[in-house]
Amino acid sequence: MSTSVFKPGERQLSDPGSGPTENYLNAGFSAKSWLLTVDHKRIAILYLISLTFFFLIGGLFALLIRLELLTPAGDLMQSETYNKMFTMHGIIMVFFFLIPAVPAVFGNFLIPLMIGAKDLAFPRLNLLSWYLYIGGGLLAILAIAFGGVDTGWTFYTPYSSTYSNSNVILAALGAFIAGFSSILTGLNFIVTIHKMRAPGMTWFRLPLMVWGHYATSIIQILGTPVVAITIVLVALERLFSIGIFNPKLGGDPILFQHLFWFYSHPAVYIMILPSMGVMSEVITCFSRKKIFGYDFIAFSSLAIAVLGFLVWGHHMYTSGQSIYTSMVFSILTFLVAIPSAIKVFNWTATLYKGSVSYSAPMLYAIGFLGLFTIGGLTGVFLATLAVDVHVHDTYFVVAHFHYIMVGGAIMGYMAALHFWWPKMTGRLYPEGWARFSALVIFVGFHLTFFPQFIVGYMGMPRRYHVYPEEFQILNVFSTAGATILGIGYLIPLVYFLWSLKYGPRSSANPWNAKGLEWEQAGSPPETFNFRDTPVVMEGAYEYEPKIWLK
Amino acid sequence: MDKDFVLWPEQASTLASRVDNIYLFLVAVSVFFTALIFFLIYLFAVKYRRKSEDDVPKEISGLLQLELVWSIIPLILVLIVFVWGATIYFDSYTPPADAMEIYVVGKQWMWHIQHPTGEREINELHVPTGQAVKLTMTSEDVIHSFYVPAFRTKKDVVPGRYSTMWFKAIKPGEYHLFCAEYCGTKHSEMIGKVVVMTPADYQNWLAGGPASEPMEVTGEKKFQQLACHTCHTDKPNARGPSLVGVFGESVLLKGGRSVIADEDYIRESILNPKAKITAGYQPVMPTFKGQISEVGLLQITAYLKSLAKEGNQ
Ligand code: HEC
Ligand code: HEM
Ligand SMILES: [Cu+2]
Ligand SMILES: [Cu+2]
Repeated sequence: MSTSVFKPGERQLSDPGSGPTENYLNAGFSAKSWLLTVDHKRIAILYLISLTFFFLIGGLFALLIRLELLTPAGDLMQSETYNKMFTMHGIIMVFFFLIPAVPAVFGNFLIPLMIGAKDLAFPRLNLLSWYLYIGGGLLAILAIAFGGVDTGWTFYTPYSSTYSNSNVILAALGAFIAGFSSILTGLNFIVTIHKMRAPGMTWFRLPLMVWGHYATSIIQILGTPVVAITIVLVALERLFSIGIFNPKLGGDPILFQHLFWFYSHPAVYIMILPSMGVMSEVITCFSRKKIFGYDFIAFSSLAIAVLGFLVWGHHMYTSGQSIYTSMVFSILTFLVAIPSAIKVFNWTATLYKGSVSYSAPMLYAIGFLGLFTIGGLTGVFLATLAVDVHVHDTYFVVAHFHYIMVGGAIMGYMAALHFWWPKMTGRLYPEGWARFSALVIFVGFHLTFFPQFIVGYMGMPRRYHVYPEEFQILNVFSTAGATILGIGYLIPLVYFLWSLKYGPRSSANPWNAKGLEWEQAGSPPETFNFRDTPVVMEGAYEYEPKIWLK
Repeated sequence: MDKDFVLWPEQASTLASRVDNIYLFLVAVSVFFTALIFFLIYLFAVKYRRKSEDDVPKEISGLLQLELVWSIIPLILVLIVFVWGATIYFDSYTPPADAMEIYVVGKQWMWHIQHPTGEREINELHVPTGQAVKLTMTSEDVIHSFYVPAFRTKKDVVPGRYSTMWFKAIKPGEYHLFCAEYCGTKHSEMIGKVVVMTPADYQNWLAGGPASEPMEVTGEKKFQQLACHTCHTDKPNARGPSLVGVFGESVLLKGGRSVIADEDYIRESILNPKAKITAGYQPVMPTFKGQISEVGLLQITAYLKSLAKEGNQ
């Protein structure tokens, strides 16, 4: 039994090699048709372009940081400049790239397509989210242009609220405004997923990508307001000397850390959960198999979203909080590690007896598995109280979260970009180059960040402009790796742009993937996604064809 | 590189080897799981690689037993690590009663060290081996963090309050002292060294420095200069309560609550006297905010501590 089996509601798409003639991309070419669009797919493209821009700026700062750290002495720039470099790198990457990345581009583009809807529940709100994001981003850029910020992306008080002489308010305001974009996007997704599923698309037929975004959205709407309020409090203290965090004004500096991490720990899951969703889509498609343990993966996302709110104190083991408080946070942190482990095991098991292809998206997904495993396991080191006291605020932590955020979240983002590129643009990218860049990124990544675990355990503190000589050799490895990594990211930039014009046209379903976006919509899809509302008769990832009975 | 390449700093405190042991255990567990995952991925990816475009593998939805196995085994492992790590943490943050006290004040961007015997150091801390040392620390400005990798311990140094840490050095030598909490422009230069000496060398070092006045003596002078003694006279009907024997004891407050008179309480009583009023007294004590440095506060506290010792005899 091969090829397609008739299913009610399925529409056979036009011949491969030509999408529907009328699609969301050629529906209008004017700037206005883009800047005032309410089409979730066009908004996704707007995000894709702006995120790429911020990623390049953040990457440039990273490169300068690594160059400076090539030698122990501070010979490339002043300490003040260096401190601004890592601050701007962190702020741009976290608030303007990683947090929005997968949801804003792929969540936006795919959630309506995946659940069989014409658009998100609130299309105008969706456009507003993009404008808020851009507004926040411009303020951050303005802060850089006026001389930068030097507080670290964590904005710890009382340094940020009183002592720093840099553009704290401007940068914080940028993050504040971008936060609203995040809240509105989360709200939009939740309502859409609840209310706009096509007939037959029950909760447990949803692609896991949708579950991942659902969990993420919960965190976005519950957590982001807290960090927004915290930013306002810092601004109040800074502008009007109202004592909140500075003890000289009667405030409590540790309070800030509680408020900040109450959001920012869950925020690390905002960055990773959507990529985890991507993993489930890519791995099933390229092993042509149903996901192993659907329920376990879906519920582990929710478990992470809920438990993630109860572990913020693991950033404060050395802050002076009570020993018993730290113990409670420690054990809860260990518990969050379990759902992440469950996911990794289930993805690996999905490959078992599959039909595994090594297409570029799959290589990125396998890269994710490799890097996220190491990132997660080193998270367990940090959850361990005695070990964290030693490595807290050293390069060990830096390595840990880069393994998760660059190794995990960005690998997921790259996997998604390659997987859905034909869907989004109607073009195929050069497969050979794509595989090559996946390899370059994987190698460059390890070379950059693995040495940082060692240098961290040896005691090198993070955010150090000058450092003792014995740490140099490992830093040289890191800088060499970063160069390779940088090249690894530039190659895709080139071939994606190339493919827009010269890439071969894609069929509606170039990977033979399951899912409404592949089976029932063109590449690129038309403006309202589906000509008629799809009717869903089966769960996600039914790669093994069944004769239509029942 | 003249030195051997090392993977961890010197083990110079009693804590160091305990931390390294649990770390190495975690490394072993991680290597095992990473190898397992990598091996399985490699195995499956090669063994089940797509052989033809029409391959359609059999569906496998999942297996409850397997899910339980790979949830419960990691769960047990992390619970073991939790208890192990928490035990060491508890010990590492609970100073023994016989610890020798040294005071630390951090400020942008240097460390002031004050020994009870009066010696002062900047960005250097001399300690003997075999003797538990307790640091009582505060900051004059932003948050810093006192970090000695060779001792495997650190503690944030927070303005407006005292934090404590302790260690027992076991190996003479010079070790890095780092500020681990980002504190502004010269954060990476807020470094120094801890010099660990044998007890005999340490005695020589103490004797060799310029003659210095013990902290409590300086503290007593400050107590007079600031006219504290005009109210705290130890006589009945004095305006302020007697401070003899107060340190470390429980103090009854107006309203019926009571607090232990520790360093933080003394500090607050001097800088913000209205916050807690001692039972039976009027809130007449003025604030001394701005008139006395962090080091001065520590000296007065040392003086009050010495009064407590006398008072208890
Ligand atoms: C004007 C008189 C006055 C002066 C001067 C004064 N105090 Fe006090 N002090 C008091 C009174 C009255 C109390 C009890 C009421 C309260 O808690 O505020 C008190 C309480 C205290 C306490 C708490 C003692 C306890 O038993 O709870 C300490 C410690 C203290 N003072 C230290 C000092 C020091 C150190 C100075 C000098 C820098 C100082 N005081 C100067 C009047 C004074
Ligand atoms: C899988 C289980 C994980 C555990 C047990 C874990 C544990 C920890 C712990 C204890 C810390 C605090 C370290 C310190 O500052 O001393 C930490 C830091 C961090 N973790 Fe994780 N983590 C895990 C997963 C993740 C994930 C999924 C992400 C991101 C997507 C992440 C991102 C971060 C970041 C950004 C920091 C550093 C924050 C900072 O100090 O600036 N972690 N992690
Ligand atoms: Cu965290
Ligand atoms: Cu510092």
